[in-house]
Amino acid sequence: MTKRAFRLETEQFSQERFFCRFVDWRVGAGLLVAFALSMAMASAQGAAQQAAPSPLATLVIWMPFILKGFALNLVISFLAMAIATVLGIGLGLMQISLIWLVRAPSRFVTHLLRNSPWLVILFVIMLLLPVDIRLPGNQRVMFPDWIKVTIAFALPVMGNISEILRGAVNSIPTGQWESAEGLAFTRSQALRWIILPQCIRRAIPPWMNWYALLTLSTPMASIFSIHEAVSNAQAGMEAAGARPGLLIPFYLFLLCLFFIYIYPIAVWTRKLERKYAVGS
Amino acid sequence: MPSAPKSRTGDYRPWPDDKPIVSLNDVHKSYGMVEVLKGISLDVKKGEVICIIGPSGSGKSTLIRCINGLTPIQKGSITVEGQEVNDPKLDKLSLRRKVGIVFQQFNLFPHKTALQNVMMAPVLILREPKAEVEQRARALISKVRLTGKEDVYPGHLSGGQQQRVAIARSLAMRPDVMLFDEVTAALDPETVKEVLLTIKELAADGMTCILVTHEMGFAREVADHIYFTDLGVIVEHGAPAQFFTNAKDPRTRQFLSQVL
Repeated sequence: MTKRAFRLETEQFSQERFFCRFVDWRVGAGLLVAFALSMAMASAQGAAQQAAPSPLATLVIWMPFILKGFALNLVISFLAMAIATVLGIGLGLMQISLIWLVRAPSRFVTHLLRNSPWLVILFVIMLLLPVDIRLPGNQRVMFPDWIKVTIAFALPVMGNISEILRGAVNSIPTGQWESAEGLAFTRSQALRWIILPQCIRRAIPPWMNWYALLTLSTPMASIFSIHEAVSNAQAGMEAAGARPGLLIPFYLFLLCLFFIYIYPIAVWTRKLERKYAVGS
Repeated sequence: MPSAPKSRTGDYRPWPDDKPIVSLNDVHKSYGMVEVLKGISLDVKKGEVICIIGPSGSGKSTLIRCINGLTPIQKGSITVEGQEVNDPKLDKLSLRRKVGIVFQQFNLFPHKTALQNVMMAPVLILREPKAEVEQRARALISKVRLTGKEDVYPGHLSGGQQQRVAIARSLAMRPDVMLFDEVTAALDPETVKEVLLTIKELAADGMTCILVTHEMGFAREVADHIYFTDLGVIVEHGAPAQFFTNAKDPRTRQFLSQVL
């Protein structure tokens, strides 16, 4: 076999370029038109079968329920990102430690978290974490699934933030370290006042990219029947009689929901990337 | 033996004029298998200006970086005001308070303004009162002829201006010795002059200066003593008048014939 059916060009799928390539107002407009058309089609179908309410009407009924689920997606994404940022910065700082015993394990953990499928991490965490926590005094407190899933989502992002920090620190010219040292700064003082402040602007665009990816991954939580947007939409369709006509409007609604939230973040990220590229 | 100043603030006992303020004795330095300094010895007296010249790769920059402990040495001894630099228990803060260094690439902190660059180390490291440091920093900036540029970020300054801020930043630590590592090598010809003028004024004020430089005319004018290094050793040294007109060693003469 000399000819390949298709070729995967990995760099096209790297996070930095992925958003850039598809961020365009026309994409958004096209999507909204497609949504409107599907709504019209769905309502036309619904008009044919008089017995049940139209798919559009069904969607409108279930919309608050789906939006309530979407709120959970957002809560999960905020919390997971907060955990990932705090722990990821810690892990990243360990990665640049001069002590081998600190550096080596943190590097291993970073690579493990970055290079595992999210779904696998999700399953591992859901199975590993206990159902409840026993407090002193023999009191049992439930460990809610959505918190477990938040922790699971935080892990791969944490690995990537650790790597963003390491990369940003390494990208600062050695002259900065040297002149800081010449001015009597210790290594940690130089890191805190000279190196890390310069890293922030370099790290913000990739950090925002990971937030967008994290948010887009939260529907995976529906596998564990956590009541987020997608599982609520599925529950809604089920309750409305599981008619095939419901599928397109419901899923397109979900698509628009996530798109409307993520798209401005992607645009903003790209703006910052361009601004910082000019600034440096 | 006068003890090194211990306090973090500016009060310290002045170093006596008769003893060498910086003293190198049989300094050896290797990078892996490559020996770049092969037994360098030199003494610098207080207020003296010495220039180190020599072909590239002769270990000049390594030599100057050893003096404030940026580059560790393998053998020999370096003392600054009696403090041994090649000591594992070296008090780096005390050493670097005494020795300022300015680099070829300026290395200003790009996220801070000129004034903040100058103020940073005294405020954060020496913990001196901010108002006092600011007053001193503004005076230093005017001394290097950059009044009006206090709130400008390094990215908006020319190379020569950046280098002068770097000199002011180093001076803000009130060092006793200044090291200049090819400070004009990365500058446009028209801005070289302003930086050299600043150094000249500094030397005239009595600052002990050790310079690595390719500016022969400047070395001849300001230096009290010139050292010529090649392949990790000091080939020849002497007062400028004698050095430039009456060099003994054939290597020195060959080098001078190429650069003059």
